[in-house]
Amino acid sequence: MSHFFDVFIESYPYFLQGLKITLYLSAASLLIAFVIGLFFAILKISNIKVLGWIADAYIWVIRGTPLIVQIFVLYYGITEIILIDKFWAGAIGLAIHSGAYIAEIIRGSIQSIDKGQMEAGRSLGMTKLQTMRRIILPQAFRRAIPSLGNQFIIGIKDSSLVSFIGAQELFGVSSSLGSNSFDFLTFYSVAAVYYLFIVLILTAIVNRIEKKLARSD
Amino acid sequence: MSKKEMVRVEQLNKSFGKLHVLKDVDLTVDESNVVVLIGASGSGKSTLLRCINFLEMKDDGKIFLEGEQVDKDTHNLNEIRQRVGMVFQHFNLFPHKTVLENVIEAPLMVKKMPKNQAIEEGKALLDKVGLGDKYDVYPSTLSGGQKQRVAIARSLAMKPEVMLFDEPTSALDPELVGEVLATMKELADEGMTMVVVTHEMGFAREVGDWVVYMHDGRIVEYGNPDELFERPKEQRTKEFLSSIL
Repeated sequence: MSHFFDVFIESYPYFLQGLKITLYLSAASLLIAFVIGLFFAILKISNIKVLGWIADAYIWVIRGTPLIVQIFVLYYGITEIILIDKFWAGAIGLAIHSGAYIAEIIRGSIQSIDKGQMEAGRSLGMTKLQTMRRIILPQAFRRAIPSLGNQFIIGIKDSSLVSFIGAQELFGVSSSLGSNSFDFLTFYSVAAVYYLFIVLILTAIVNRIEKKLARSD
Repeated sequence: MSKKEMVRVEQLNKSFGKLHVLKDVDLTVDESNVVVLIGASGSGKSTLLRCINFLEMKDDGKIFLEGEQVDKDTHNLNEIRQRVGMVFQHFNLFPHKTVLENVIEAPLMVKKMPKNQAIEEGKALLDKVGLGDKYDVYPSTLSGGQKQRVAIARSLAMKPEVMLFDEPTSALDPELVGEVLATMKELADEGMTMVVVTHEMGFAREVGDWVVYMHDGRIVEYGNPDELFERPKEQRTKEFLSSIL
């Protein structure tokens, strides 16, 4: 056990570098994923059938294939056309992946809002878009927060897969350090502690937001 | 004395799938009149109300507002709905907004009213419906009767020409019905044109200028409250009244 702590302390400059990349990767990908998710959620609930089909196809492809395959296809696909660095290839890959799940979460929470809310907005002369933006979406997001938080946690852990296209985030750092010393178990355990720490903080933030938003209920 | 006509529907028809809900309905509502729609559930009362402000789209027939024919092809329905207020059975308040925010939302968003003016008018309306001490609370803390009075204030904030009430007291505990009916009576006394779907026969009799009995998608009988309640002409009306009174 004392060996673990020694390694933990000695290796922290490398891991902090990895942590930074994990956090940037997660933040960038989840931000993009949220926009993608919102976009496809709205396509799915629109009255225009073709748009719904497009959203269905996207969600079907993403949910039906492994994330690692998506990352590789995207990375080797994109680099055929333009030179893009590993970070952004990974971030976009993760975003497209999480976006499909977030789309389903947002769609579900929009549809769970009582239809009387839309009617009330429309009866006051508000447009469909105004009612959506001012009345439906704020309530839907509030309802989606626990599931979104969960999806964000999954997204952070999934970012470890970007190490397979060479990103030196937490998992990449521990793999490198492990293969230098053949002490894989210790370095992967150190990585696990960092992930646990990130998830702990994120969970606390989500809980706080939930509590704050619950004031009107 | 001929009054100004506010709402007229002509030969209105509406079906939901195979269910023919409104059958050749004609109705005229004059300015400052209160028309009460009564009838069993499923008779088409609510659908008629919802067709008037285009929450449901009619299949066939004509709708006139202040003598002008309005339709979805020729008019901006958002503008039409600003002129026709609606109060719902289940209030449909915005739960994430405070009472005052509920009331000022549409004036701010739709009329682009300056915020301080919207707040001033909103507070005045809430004072009027007896909720002057509830500006900053969320709807979830209110009783059903209070919620419905907020909903009435919210609707009035758009200064509608006509108010539609869709069973405004049906979701309320019996002891809370009175306060909502009192607010509606006050509104009627001030000259608001109102179309009210209700099961409150006392209200129909006391406040209604006209009572319309609907059955199976048709208007069966139309008259002033005294005539219709005391001397109904149609057999169906008699049966309905004896079943509820």
